[in-house]
Amino acid sequence: MSSLNKISSNIFYSYFPIIILFLSVFNEFDFNFLEIQYFSFNFVHILIFFWTLKNPNHFGYISIFMAGIINDVIIGIPIGISSFCYLLICVATAYIRNITLSPNFINDWLSFLFTILLINSIQIIILDLIFLIEINYIKYLINTGFTFLFYPLFYLIFNYINKKIITKLND
Amino acid sequence: MATGRDDFVIAFRSAFLKKKDKQKFSLLTLIFLSIFVIILNNFNFKVIKVIKLGINEVVYRSSFLISIPENKIKKTNIQIKNHMKVYDDYKKIESELENLKQKKISNDFLKLENDKLRKLINESIKSDEILAKVLIDKKSPFLKSIVLNKGSRDNIKIGMAIMDGVYLVGKIIEVNYTNSRVLLLNDLNSKIAVLLLPARIQAVASGTGKNHGTIEYIKDGHKGEIDKRDRIVYTSGLAGIFKSGIPVGRISNNSNNKIDFFSDFTQLDYVKIVSYNTESRN
Repeated sequence: MSSLNKISSNIFYSYFPIIILFLSVFNEFDFNFLEIQYFSFNFVHILIFFWTLKNPNHFGYISIFMAGIINDVIIGIPIGISSFCYLLICVATAYIRNITLSPNFINDWLSFLFTILLINSIQIIILDLIFLIEINYIKYLINTGFTFLFYPLFYLIFNYINKKIITKLND
Repeated sequence: MATGRDDFVIAFRSAFLKKKDKQKFSLLTLIFLSIFVIILNNFNFKVIKVIKLGINEVVYRSSFLISIPENKIKKTNIQIKNHMKVYDDYKKIESELENLKQKKISNDFLKLENDKLRKLINESIKSDEILAKVLIDKKSPFLKSIVLNKGSRDNIKIGMAIMDGVYLVGKIIEVNYTNSRVLLLNDLNSKIAVLLLPARIQAVASGTGKNHGTIEYIKDGHKGEIDKRDRIVYTSGLAGIFKSGIPVGRISNNSNNKIDFFSDFTQLDYVKIVSYNTESRN
């Protein structure tokens, strides 16, 4: 019985980031329902950046691709754009992983800012120039700002979870 | 210098092409796949349309199911807030009701007169209404839209008007088999032909991406007139999408063309999907 419990808890822990990713794209988890003026942030960007940087083994690229497709359908933008942007985050994190010898938080945080600025610019270019969908640039900029500011908070939470996952799976 | 460039190329190649143990596809493959999907989006082939409809159906239904707990929390929050201010609301509503009763008497007369005049010019407007439930109303900061539980199976077509009671809310922009997407009036991409009463000024109202709308286009001669007094915004029916006279919102005095919509788009549960046919017997 206890071994069964251990197996099921191990499965839960190893799929935890993916579960959170899919729940957040289906639910659009970003506190927009609070209706605070100018407040919004992109939780999915933080989630993907952190987990693909720190523990990519628990975050399959195909799942990220699927999550992007779902996100596009839910928010009503042409299918494929979010997938493309999410995968570019993965490229950035894979690159950072390859060039970093001793990881530190400040470097990660600044790389995150550069990455989300790049990703949001690409998304705006695709939506505005190719699909001719009118976009509020200020809102994108504010969203990017809040996403950047929220990174340390989620970094602490995810880091704690990541350590738990590693310990649980090594038990 | 050359070593630095080599390091960059190696790291970049590795990021794109190297698969981790548990990854089934390389990043480059998936990036090409997503670009391929974006390009396919632009083509109107039947197969692509069917696949898109299928994806929409599955995702909308799943999102509705997964959002149930979140929606329950939101509803409870709203209910608690409403209970807190019930007495103040009662007093306000009592006085408003008295005003409305007086207005209704004169409105009934105007309605009869309007019907009589329409008969004189042999014109009648037929409307079909379908009641629909809001499946998804995600408050995205960028796009303002909702998903309804009625689709092509229920004869829903692109362009149909969406009403919350008697107030206009938006129009259908995407139809799937069992559901459809509505572009709300406050979305940046929403543009409708409107009439500002009582001065009967024709204008184009646009969404702002926030909770209010704005007058985007108005004839030069009338620009200064709007802000002088309160205006009620109705659909003009000129674009041929909606019938004329559907209440949209109000422009308050000195509000800089800001339209406060009559309907609260954040509280939509059930809406009416309406199609209008103007029949002239001349």
